[in-house]
Amino acid sequence: MTDLIERPTTSTPDEGGPSSVDHGHHDDHGEHHGPSGILKWLTSTDHKVIGINYTVTSIVMMVIGGAFAEVIRAQLVSPTSTLVTLQQYNQLFTMHGSVMIYLFVGPFAFAGLANYLVPLQVGAPDMAFPRLNALSYWLYLTGSLTMILGFFVSGGPAAFGWVGYAPLTSAINAPGAGADLWIGALMLTGFSAIFSGVNLIATIFYLRAPGMTLFRMPIFTWNMLVTGILILLAFPVLTAGLIMLYCDRHFGTHIFEVQGGGVPLLWQHIFWFWGHPEVYILALPFFGMVTEIIPVFSKKPLFGYKGMVFATLTIAALSLGVWAHHMFTTGAVLLPFFSIMSLLIAVPTGIKIFNWIGTMWGGKLHFSTAMLMAIGFVATFLIGGITGIYLASPPLDFFTHDTYFVIAHFHSVVMALTMGAFAGIYFWFPKITGKMLHEGWGKWQFWTLFIGTQVFTLPGYLVGLHGMPRRMAVYPNNPSWQTLNQWESVGALLIGISTLLFVVNVVASYRKPIVAGDNPWDASALEWFTSSPPPHHNFTSLPPIRSERPVWDYNHPDAPALGHGHHEPAATAAEKVEA
Amino acid sequence: MMKQESVILLFLGIFFGLMAGVYWFWGHEDGGGVMLVGALFLGLLPGLYYFWWYRRSGGNRPEDRDDATIADGAGVVDSFPSTSIWPFVLGMGCFTMVLALVFGTWLAVPGVALILSALIGATAESRRGGTV
Repeated sequence: MTDLIERPTTSTPDEGGPSSVDHGHHDDHGEHHGPSGILKWLTSTDHKVIGINYTVTSIVMMVIGGAFAEVIRAQLVSPTSTLVTLQQYNQLFTMHGSVMIYLFVGPFAFAGLANYLVPLQVGAPDMAFPRLNALSYWLYLTGSLTMILGFFVSGGPAAFGWVGYAPLTSAINAPGAGADLWIGALMLTGFSAIFSGVNLIATIFYLRAPGMTLFRMPIFTWNMLVTGILILLAFPVLTAGLIMLYCDRHFGTHIFEVQGGGVPLLWQHIFWFWGHPEVYILALPFFGMVTEIIPVFSKKPLFGYKGMVFATLTIAALSLGVWAHHMFTTGAVLLPFFSIMSLLIAVPTGIKIFNWIGTMWGGKLHFSTAMLMAIGFVATFLIGGITGIYLASPPLDFFTHDTYFVIAHFHSVVMALTMGAFAGIYFWFPKITGKMLHEGWGKWQFWTLFIGTQVFTLPGYLVGLHGMPRRMAVYPNNPSWQTLNQWESVGALLIGISTLLFVVNVVASYRKPIVAGDNPWDASALEWFTSSPPPHHNFTSLPPIRSERPVWDYNHPDAPALGHGHHEPAATAAEKVEA
Repeated sequence: MMKQESVILLFLGIFFGLMAGVYWFWGHEDGGGVMLVGALFLGLLPGLYYFWWYRRSGGNRPEDRDDATIADGAGVVDSFPSTSIWPFVLGMGCFTMVLALVFGTWLAVPGVALILSALIGATAESRRGGTV
């Protein structure tokens, strides 16, 4: 079925008034009476349904990838552990990295919450290409199944690391269906990402509401625009590389094989030309989420809106010039070029951290779970970012390459992103479901996650500096590494417990629901103007858009530009929950 | 207006072009150079298109004007499908084709059938404007 959708033409909700934060226009004019149950899941092209599908699937993937991590950490508790065989260990770390990067962080970031929020934040009825959007999800789901299918074939899943370096991936070194399933899974999820990127850019360029100029868009939407552009720049390169790899394995080409004149190093160039922009494809959405959350719980407008936008664009520009800092030790790359570019990219990232702190500075801070997760994100990302600056220096990288120092560095980064993900979940869960998540459980989850992350990563830096290489299942000749490894495993266990607490929280919040209302946080972006959850095509009315905070302007007509800690908002649902 | 949109893409494209030039003449490495030139075009092509479109249309969309009211955007936004089974069918077709790459070419038969039926179904659905 197709619907001709008209824009809402009124600025006045059906009920409530501008003085009410929770203006509660729970009309059902926009309700859609389509299929329900499994048929709804199979046929919906609504960006909200697809966004929820993406989010739930990616969280399931996080649990699966996390379970692999727990087994890895259990293996490393003892220098001579025999919990898994060496080959099983190779498979575990390969699938842990692959599931987490390709199937959790990325899809959650650029297709889960983004799918749900971007049309709402720009005042659009849906994504620009709803059926393409649905196809993205099906390719992502089938790609995930393809990856997991590796465990059920003879020889097991891929075992060459999530980066799939040649020649480990050749038909001789990695025979069997597991490696091919890994390649197929990445092709499917790669196309899924490309289609999501197309949809994000088209939606933001063509479906904004009147008055929603580019420089009035929420920072989350800005970051999703830049993420979409980076996806289109990076993912086709990876997909092309995978096709070449498949041809090497099955059609007798020698693109990455020395026999026949191929160049194994070319794979690293191709992989990291995707892989490093991918780091920002993963990070920018979470930067955006945190940038939405910190001003709301600081009761201040964002400090440095335009600085944030230009920092994001600068990160995008530089991100294509840093790929070979992963290849310093190959001895075959231009060290000064990649070192300079990698050091430069710290500048816009530093501007962002400065602006987040500037937003909190002098604000009236409210430490909800979403805010705690956001602050945890900033702190942990700072650790990951600064250790990244060390690694941008070739002499230091020569010393630490392929050690646990690098592992700890990128786990600081991705665990920060995970905190950003949970910040986003806690912040937008009321909008998506109409119910609040329980703050008490949320705070327990935050502290176990935050402490667990530091207990997991910080000993990793030390054991890396002591020389422990990555991807070792046993270390019988270096028993002195054991204590630090055991601390890391304790941290991993705490992180696992924090995930369980989240599941408990979701269940508890469904069993004893607390109704959220339309705008429980007194937030300012457009998604908080519509009902929770929003009707089928999102809006029955829109407020005038005169700044980057249209809902704040609408709800606080007497203080449109205020909010510098001088304003006392009405009690919000969040405060009611605590009371 | 589309002017800012085009400027963003042109800025990125030109920056990638500068980087490609420096990298190629300094590093003498072809793989990265080619990929950076590709990135240059991925910025320039849509950027120039949007710039041409802005010049041609005069740049007066309600979403680009600071003073536009919500009523300025009145009217039909577009035709949006509310439900469709064809993305699922197409996704299953692509899945089957990937499994054919791994487990045997015979799987390509149902894969191609699913993909073709999805393409026909989605096209007919768009033309008729209703469920097919």
